[in-house]
Amino acid sequence: MDKNFAARRRRDLIIAAVLAGLAALAPLFIKDVYVQNILILTLMYAALSQSWNILSGYCGQISLGHALYFGIGAYTTELFFTKFGVLPWFGMLGGGVIAALIAMGLGYPFFRLRGHYFVIATIVIAEIGLLLFQNWEWAGAAMGITIPIRGDSWLKFQFLRTKLPYFYFALALCCLAWFVTWWLEDSKWGFWWRAVKDNPEAAESLGVVVFNSKMGAAAVSAFLVAIGGAFYAQFLAYIDPESVMGFQFSLLMALPAVLGGIGTLWGPVLGAAILIPMTELTRSYIGGSGRGVDLIVYGALIVLISLALPQGLVSLFSRTKAKGATR
Amino acid sequence: MTAQAIIQSLASGLLMGLLYGLIAVGLALIFGLMDVVNFAHGEFLMIAMYASFFLFAFFAIDPLLSAPLVAAALFVFGAVVYLLIVRFAMRAKANAGMVQIFSTFGLAIVMRGLAQFFFTPDYRSIPQSWLGGKTISVAGIFLPEPQLIGALVSILAFAGLYFFIHRTDFGRALEATREDPGAVALVGIDKNRVFALGWGLGAALVGLAGAIMAVFFYIYPDVGASFALIAYVTVALGGFGSVFGAFAGGIIVGLVEAVTALVLPPSLKSVGIYAVYLLVVFIRPRGLFGSM
Repeated sequence: MDKNFAARRRRDLIIAAVLAGLAALAPLFIKDVYVQNILILTLMYAALSQSWNILSGYCGQISLGHALYFGIGAYTTELFFTKFGVLPWFGMLGGGVIAALIAMGLGYPFFRLRGHYFVIATIVIAEIGLLLFQNWEWAGAAMGITIPIRGDSWLKFQFLRTKLPYFYFALALCCLAWFVTWWLEDSKWGFWWRAVKDNPEAAESLGVVVFNSKMGAAAVSAFLVAIGGAFYAQFLAYIDPESVMGFQFSLLMALPAVLGGIGTLWGPVLGAAILIPMTELTRSYIGGSGRGVDLIVYGALIVLISLALPQGLVSLFSRTKAKGATR
Repeated sequence: MTAQAIIQSLASGLLMGLLYGLIAVGLALIFGLMDVVNFAHGEFLMIAMYASFFLFAFFAIDPLLSAPLVAAALFVFGAVVYLLIVRFAMRAKANAGMVQIFSTFGLAIVMRGLAQFFFTPDYRSIPQSWLGGKTISVAGIFLPEPQLIGALVSILAFAGLYFFIHRTDFGRALEATREDPGAVALVGIDKNRVFALGWGLGAALVGLAGAIMAVFFYIYPDVGASFALIAYVTVALGGFGSVFGAFAGGIIVGLVEAVTALVLPPSLKSVGIYAVYLLVVFIRPRGLFGSM
């Protein structure tokens, strides 16, 4: 069993390396800017969902307020950049740290809440953040911030002529989020999280420090999501509260994991790879009329998959594999 | 700020609060019955508002008269949603909470998309209803008639629900199923029928609220979202599953909103509600009237 687990982890790492290598080569063949754009968004949502999955999937604390951390990453980066001329890289890290600290600060009261009470508290806190930013004059209020062009370089993290650098950053972020998950999965924390998710009382009685392990999950999760927010802000070159902190982001982060498989290493990647291109394509081919057909398709898919495959699409693979192993 | 202005806004807050309570009570009922949160609750409200609008636009039936019709239609809709979606979501063994959340969320997205498809994203309103635009004045306090009727209907609906739960056979079956869904099967109660009834009842209540609100709110595909969040807060504030808690929670939310609007800019009026909600659940994680 242990041997199988170690072998599986090694195999996961190899598959991930091969996939990342193939993805890195993709722009050699895909020159179409529209398709590149979809790839960038897919990688970004895979990274975000992977990060969300750490707290909500592995540790079982379902958050529908992660847009807060996404927005904090975006705003910290851009406020530092536009107001003080601080390079986006520092703003990005700063945003990650602030988001992690806020996540832990909120953890004190929030982690006492159970089930639906926790979910609703996370929605509410993100909504408060949204309202505050919409009314915060210094941060551009509801109008938001247009990011000034200061150059075309990795140093300034701004690229005018090509989208490729954004693609490689998104790929790197996706790899980072995946690797962090992979690494934590087999750490003390990873085992604690699964114990906390399955049965907090039993975990507590066996010496798992439930509260601390939730705090750890929240901090890692929020930090990575904020990095994603900082990236998104640089990528769009424009932010306003609704477009970086709106409820749809909380949902869009959760959905790939839900679709692919919650609390699994590959779920968020698989989910994002299917969901994001589908969303973008339905939006441009049938959603352009503004008549909501994309929403209907999208929503129906969520209902069907969550009912038919509660463990996500990855369960299709593991099921066949488990059968193969026993035979 | 005069005493008059404060009393005026408290009175408006109370009227709105009773309506918030009515929106929330269906949510509380379903949660109390089967531990499920309907994340499409706001969309139930939205279709009730559209139903009321179209009954007015095509058949010139005033919302006041169509409210029972809309409630009845929503009753059927709620029961169907239970039978087609929620029943299966309850069977999930893995990730049960997640499945319930996302299957109802998915439903909400579909409903919003359908509303956009069939009714367009345009804002609609019912300009000439019997009550629209009329106010009555009591001791210098102005009360809009639609809100006043809404508050009265809410109180009657709460009383009716209370009577239904405590005095009828169906209500007793509801209570028994809530106590022990396994044991009721032994005395010949069909759990699925009771749950479907609960969903129908919950939807009918929010349908009633929607029909009345159609008179004084704009109607558009996303209208449910903001009211849904207030409804979740109302229910969590009162304590999930407590019908009385939803009633009290609604009144508190309405009053808090009115007071916040007096001291903060209007765009921040919901912050007061959220702050009070957070304060309450931090002190009492089960809400004001929640059990356990």
